[in-house]
Amino acid sequence: MAAVMTAPGSGKQDSPERKRSRTGYWLLLPGMGWLAVFFAIPFVTLFLTSLQVPVPGTSGQYMPAFNLMNYPEAFSAYSEQFIRSLVYAGTATILALIIAYPLAYFIAFRGGQWKGLLLVLVVAPTFASFLLRTYAWRTILADEGPITSFLNALSVLPQDRILNTGLAVIAGLTYNFLPFMILPLFAALDRIDPRLIEASGDLYAHPATTFRKVIWPLSLPGVVAGTLLTFIPAFGDYINAQLLGSTGDRMIGNAIQINFIQFRDYPTAAALSFMLMALILVIVFFYIRRAGTEELV
Amino acid sequence: MTFIRRHILTVVAMLVLVYLFVPIAVVGVLSFNNPASDYNTQWNEFSIDAWTNLCGVPAVCQSFGVSVRIALVSTIVATILGSMIAFALVRYRFRGRQSTNLLIFLPMATPEVVMGSSLLALFLNLRFPLGMPTVIIAHIMFTISFIVVAVKARLQGMDPNLEQAAQDLYASPRATFRYVTFPLVAPGIAGAALLGFALSFDDFIISFFNAGTLVTFPIYIWGAAQRGIPVQVNALATLVFFASLAIVLIAQFVAWRRRKALQASVVDSDVNLKALSMDTLPRS
Repeated sequence: MAAVMTAPGSGKQDSPERKRSRTGYWLLLPGMGWLAVFFAIPFVTLFLTSLQVPVPGTSGQYMPAFNLMNYPEAFSAYSEQFIRSLVYAGTATILALIIAYPLAYFIAFRGGQWKGLLLVLVVAPTFASFLLRTYAWRTILADEGPITSFLNALSVLPQDRILNTGLAVIAGLTYNFLPFMILPLFAALDRIDPRLIEASGDLYAHPATTFRKVIWPLSLPGVVAGTLLTFIPAFGDYINAQLLGSTGDRMIGNAIQINFIQFRDYPTAAALSFMLMALILVIVFFYIRRAGTEELV
Repeated sequence: MTFIRRHILTVVAMLVLVYLFVPIAVVGVLSFNNPASDYNTQWNEFSIDAWTNLCGVPAVCQSFGVSVRIALVSTIVATILGSMIAFALVRYRFRGRQSTNLLIFLPMATPEVVMGSSLLALFLNLRFPLGMPTVIIAHIMFTISFIVVAVKARLQGMDPNLEQAAQDLYASPRATFRYVTFPLVAPGIAGAALLGFALSFDDFIISFFNAGTLVTFPIYIWGAAQRGIPVQVNALATLVFFASLAIVLIAQFVAWRRRKALQASVVDSDVNLKALSMDTLPRS
């Protein structure tokens, strides 16, 4: 999220002289304490919950144990949803990158005095309810609607419809997390010195060559941050799958939610949740190896 | 055709911008619909019933009020805690900076379903009753990081010379903070608070895990999606959208005017200096 908020021109002066005093610790204590108690410790309880076993002769009651077998059992029961989440979120992330790049590029290089306003417009859709915006895609992609009819006339839809198929879920994911792709891309593109692009043109580079050799490599930090910020929420999302897909398009988030809240199978749900987090942590770890922690927040 | 080829980038960028607003237009248009069935997804006939009778379905307004209360409380607490962290990060040296940065970043990189379920695991194990307090606790937890990032960006963008100048003029640290630092950071803190409010108000996943029987506005919509969302929900969401947009645009406009005024005053003093034939002075 770092690159999202620290958009233009920040981070260049990391105030050189930071005071060394006890006040710093007092300022950190309440907020970091809150995060430790309600964010970090819950992972410990989540892990402990994932190892619990049912109390014999009851349902919905679990007791502390060290049953590591919950993990392979949960994974084999829901491997389909895991793989589907990877495919859906991965496709949505690539689509979002392709859609976001031209707009981010336009705002960065052609935005001029309208930059601020254009950025507000990029964020503005998030002011309307996430659930309702997702639900609106039921209207846009409806079976009798213009988009579905048009694509059916070309007969390119495998199931003759979009709604209640994986396509609708991917469409919803792509749309919903697009601002998270646009903002970091913009932040990276905005930092590029336009003279570099001019120079490339002056040296008779074809615009496509300029893009490939100058602009794209310099925008890579934004591409990495944007794909991360799009992929992670899309991977864990279950709203799009629930509202736009059929029961055959459920993702790992749906499995966690159903097991926790409906089935009350806490160990399975906790194991799924923990595996999802482990996967995300691996991705974040590789990101930090590249970028360090100071760029994160 | 040549026009499109010449302006291909502009055309594509505008199309993407339009795409971002298509679902919102749908939500807005359907708020004036008189749906044929319980499911308000297809246009039937024009009606302003939902707008003239916003609380026609009491549960809608009740849940709306619950969400406003939760967002207010959690935003106030999270803004205070988050701003303190941002100050510490920018202005103080301390041990464990790496792990501090990481603990602030991780909540933003964790899928909501993981945060919601792990917090629920904690409350279940402690046998802590679910309800408004647990939702507020959760909302404070996941908004703090966003507030830290927003306030930190503002602090880093501040000219450190201004505080230095105040201290050179023998202002106490307290006076420096009161009269220099705080007024300069306040717009950043206000912006961060707005962001926090928006995040909390619209959160569904984390709330759903920790709400028990409490019904927030998004939880109401989720439940209604199965049996048909009342038109009033569309009207309220449209209202929230335009109200937030207005607030942000006004803030942008005020900031723009301030920048203009500042530039003007710099030019002014420049002119005055020249009038005094002191044009050898270095310009700022």
